[in-house]
Amino acid sequence: MTDTKLQVENTYLNMDLLRFTTAGSVDDGKSTLIGRLLYDSKSIFEDQMEAIEKSSKSSGEEEVNLALLTDGLQAEREQKITIDVAYRYFATPKRKFIIADTPGHTQYTRNMVTGASTADLAIILVDASKGLLTQSRRHAFISSLLRIPHLVVAVNKMDLVNYNEKVFDEIVADFKEFSHKLDISDITFIPISALQGDNVVDKGENMDWYNGTTLLHHLENVKVDAGENVRDFRLPVQYVIRPGRTFRGFAGQIASGHIRPGDEVKVLPSGLTTKVKEIVTRDGNLEAAFTGDSITLTMEDEIDISRGDMIVRKNNVPTIRNEFEAYLCWLNEKAMSLNKQYILQHTSRTVQVYVEDLLYRINVDTLSREDADNLELNEIGRVKLKTSQSLFFDPYQINQRTGSFIIIDLASNVTVGAGMIRAGSTVSKKHVNVSSGKEISPNVVWEPWNIPREEREKRNGHKAKVLWFTGISGAGKSTIAKELERRLWEKGKQTVLLDGDQVRHGLNGDLGFSLKDRTENIRRVGQVARLFFEHGNIVLCTFVSPYIKDRQAAKAMLPNDSDFIEIHVTCRSETAKQRDPKGLYEKAKKGEITNLTGYDSEHEAPEKPSLRINTDEITVKDAVESIIDSFEL
Amino acid sequence: MTVLKSHSHLKQLEDEGIYIMREVAAQFDRPVLLFSGGKDSIVMFHLALKAFYPGKVPFPLMHVDTGHNFPETIEFRDRLVEKYGVELIIGSVQDSIDEGRVEEETGPDASRNALQTVTLLDTLERHQVDAALGGGRRDEEKARAKERFFSHRDVFGQWDPKNQRPELWNLFNGRKKPGENFRVFPISNWTEMDVWQYIAQEEIEIPSIYFAHERKVFNRRGVWLADTEFVNKMDTEEIEVRTVRFRTIGDATCTGAVESHASNLEDIIQEVASARETERGTRHDDKRSETAMEDRKKQGYF
Repeated sequence: MTDTKLQVENTYLNMDLLRFTTAGSVDDGKSTLIGRLLYDSKSIFEDQMEAIEKSSKSSGEEEVNLALLTDGLQAEREQKITIDVAYRYFATPKRKFIIADTPGHTQYTRNMVTGASTADLAIILVDASKGLLTQSRRHAFISSLLRIPHLVVAVNKMDLVNYNEKVFDEIVADFKEFSHKLDISDITFIPISALQGDNVVDKGENMDWYNGTTLLHHLENVKVDAGENVRDFRLPVQYVIRPGRTFRGFAGQIASGHIRPGDEVKVLPSGLTTKVKEIVTRDGNLEAAFTGDSITLTMEDEIDISRGDMIVRKNNVPTIRNEFEAYLCWLNEKAMSLNKQYILQHTSRTVQVYVEDLLYRINVDTLSREDADNLELNEIGRVKLKTSQSLFFDPYQINQRTGSFIIIDLASNVTVGAGMIRAGSTVSKKHVNVSSGKEISPNVVWEPWNIPREEREKRNGHKAKVLWFTGISGAGKSTIAKELERRLWEKGKQTVLLDGDQVRHGLNGDLGFSLKDRTENIRRVGQVARLFFEHGNIVLCTFVSPYIKDRQAAKAMLPNDSDFIEIHVTCRSETAKQRDPKGLYEKAKKGEITNLTGYDSEHEAPEKPSLRINTDEITVKDAVESIIDSFEL
Repeated sequence: MTVLKSHSHLKQLEDEGIYIMREVAAQFDRPVLLFSGGKDSIVMFHLALKAFYPGKVPFPLMHVDTGHNFPETIEFRDRLVEKYGVELIIGSVQDSIDEGRVEEETGPDASRNALQTVTLLDTLERHQVDAALGGGRRDEEKARAKERFFSHRDVFGQWDPKNQRPELWNLFNGRKKPGENFRVFPISNWTEMDVWQYIAQEEIEIPSIYFAHERKVFNRRGVWLADTEFVNKMDTEEIEVRTVRFRTIGDATCTGAVESHASNLEDIIQEVASARETERGTRHDDKRSETAMEDRKKQGYF
């Protein structure tokens, strides 16, 4: 073997892999760009080139149409459009590339979502001669929705604008103007001419003012595993290998995290725990296995594990729920139906599902939310789903493998929807209707919490909750809540206590006790409670909050009804008047104040509170115990 | 061989292939692995061995036999079947001809390649196969670039390229109605170079005709065809002895050889790296028309 041969071989063996998708229409020069990448990187074979030369000529085109390289189907070549996602391959000595080339004409969203679902990087093509168009916003939004780690904005056709730096700068500024609202961590702007080849593979001489890298150089050097979740071990069990009586191996591809023999694991849904005995492969047992590895585990104990189960670490488990919210992209001509039974496929698990509610539809061009009754083909919305069995999931934004699912139509067996499970943060439809009837900031779509609540909960070791104490003054709300908070604090829980008097001194100092002001008081407190809730706290709120509708509004601000615990603290009115901790009843009696709940203003007791505590009957200590027991705090 | 980093492209392609193999075994009742004795199907079998280790490969191999084989391929196939104790199902084109299901082509370009489709569909139906694992790759041919990993076929075995199921993330939808089936392509994302690199890395045994050897050949429209009893030679075509090897292995009537002195894997990889023609460039069956592959696939070809 000569030295050069050795070099070639090792070069190929050490390559890594970048999957990227290209967004833009033929008019933006997308096919020409891909053709250019393939051609300049010498990935087009002579017979392919001859074939497309022949084909271009026969359809009367003057120049060789590089688009024919990607438009493989007869109908596409006849109609000169791209119908379906096409996959293209090329390699440089550094890297192997898989391009998911998505068409820009019909069914755009569906195809781009498909291409983006496996991409590490997206190239958004912008035509320099046309400036930034609505479709670029759409591409950027879908890229952020699918959480593609890297975005490249390739400003193409620079040759048509005389390679003018100003044109490029304006497009960059325009793009940044709206992209800062999106959740994209890495954007690179490159001015190119796919037709002439400037800044695609070679730099060219036409844009001396540009100091950045060429497109290919960027593709070769961008970090590939940026989106990988290395922390949370998740192994969805695909297949059980049982060659004989003794060996039982649980096979699957590691969705995230890593594992070693001896690690303590928990099996979902059974909840049984054991230790990993071996990581088995045909090439020998492994000392450790990582994200993406297709492996087989054996366990120390004989426990029942089957396809659809998930193996996780004992102290790091995903969310286990059968009700959750997701962004859903509809992929079928037949519109989505609420409360119709579909099949949901998630990891190696298949369950039945209903779409219970469509909270809103996202206008992918304006990024605003719209009221909608259903989702049509290519539309994206926020939905509430209920499954027949619990799923084991993480929010899509922290784990794509365990946060994604597809929806399948029962009758046709066709894949009709693609979903991304949302973290807890939520604005529910109920809230939109309950408060002011319209949304105040309709243009703000993307409100991810920097660190999702699920992560905070994991670190805190407990769920976030809102405990809402309602009742007349003197019933004992604050006394119980203070004692409860002290107990929780001692147990190492993250807590926040929001008390009526405190907020009325500061945050709500501008409010009085009229009906309207009381409602506003509770609305603000509800929002504050939600903020602390999303930051992983157990939030204790002690407010007279006399009106049912105000308390319901506060409840509706949280993602799930079960996050809101309503505790009605009550006692005989004589007891309250006798306790009169703040001297309010005395003042009311003297006529110094009016509208005192429990005196001359009524408290609307909850019909079905999570818990009712009568402080005439039990002590503070018992009340605290009973709350801790009831809600497993 | 070099120890691979976990992010090398071959490792990722292998992990993906194994994942698909296991999905097929889990989602389908009667899968088979289509085995031609060519390098792609040999790589597929290697992935299947890995996917189910230490268990046996849980599905049989199926060979659609045109009867026009290179003897080296058949010997290789039989040795592999014996070594690993797998079941082999053979669908014979000769049987289809004898049963009157298809008619033999005539003329100099007569090939049984197109007839395979009927034999394939008949054999799948006879064995009630609901998923056939194939070694098709998207880089091979433009129609294959649009192919899914899980490719749905109707009750007639037909492919509807304009109406394919979207395929997202690693979620593969294998749901079907009775009588329908799937073609599944675990090495969709591999290129010819990946396959050769993988064969070298894993030290996988392949039939000898992939390596340079002396053979009696004749030139037809720029392609070197082997002189075998199955090819109808024209009077003007002269037999010569050349040093050749095969880049793909199919029916002897339509698989051309290339002139080459590559006698080991390193040389082949070097040759592939500098090749200026696609590997299917030696395939007469693809050259019949611009959409030859798409037309055949729609009818149920691999």
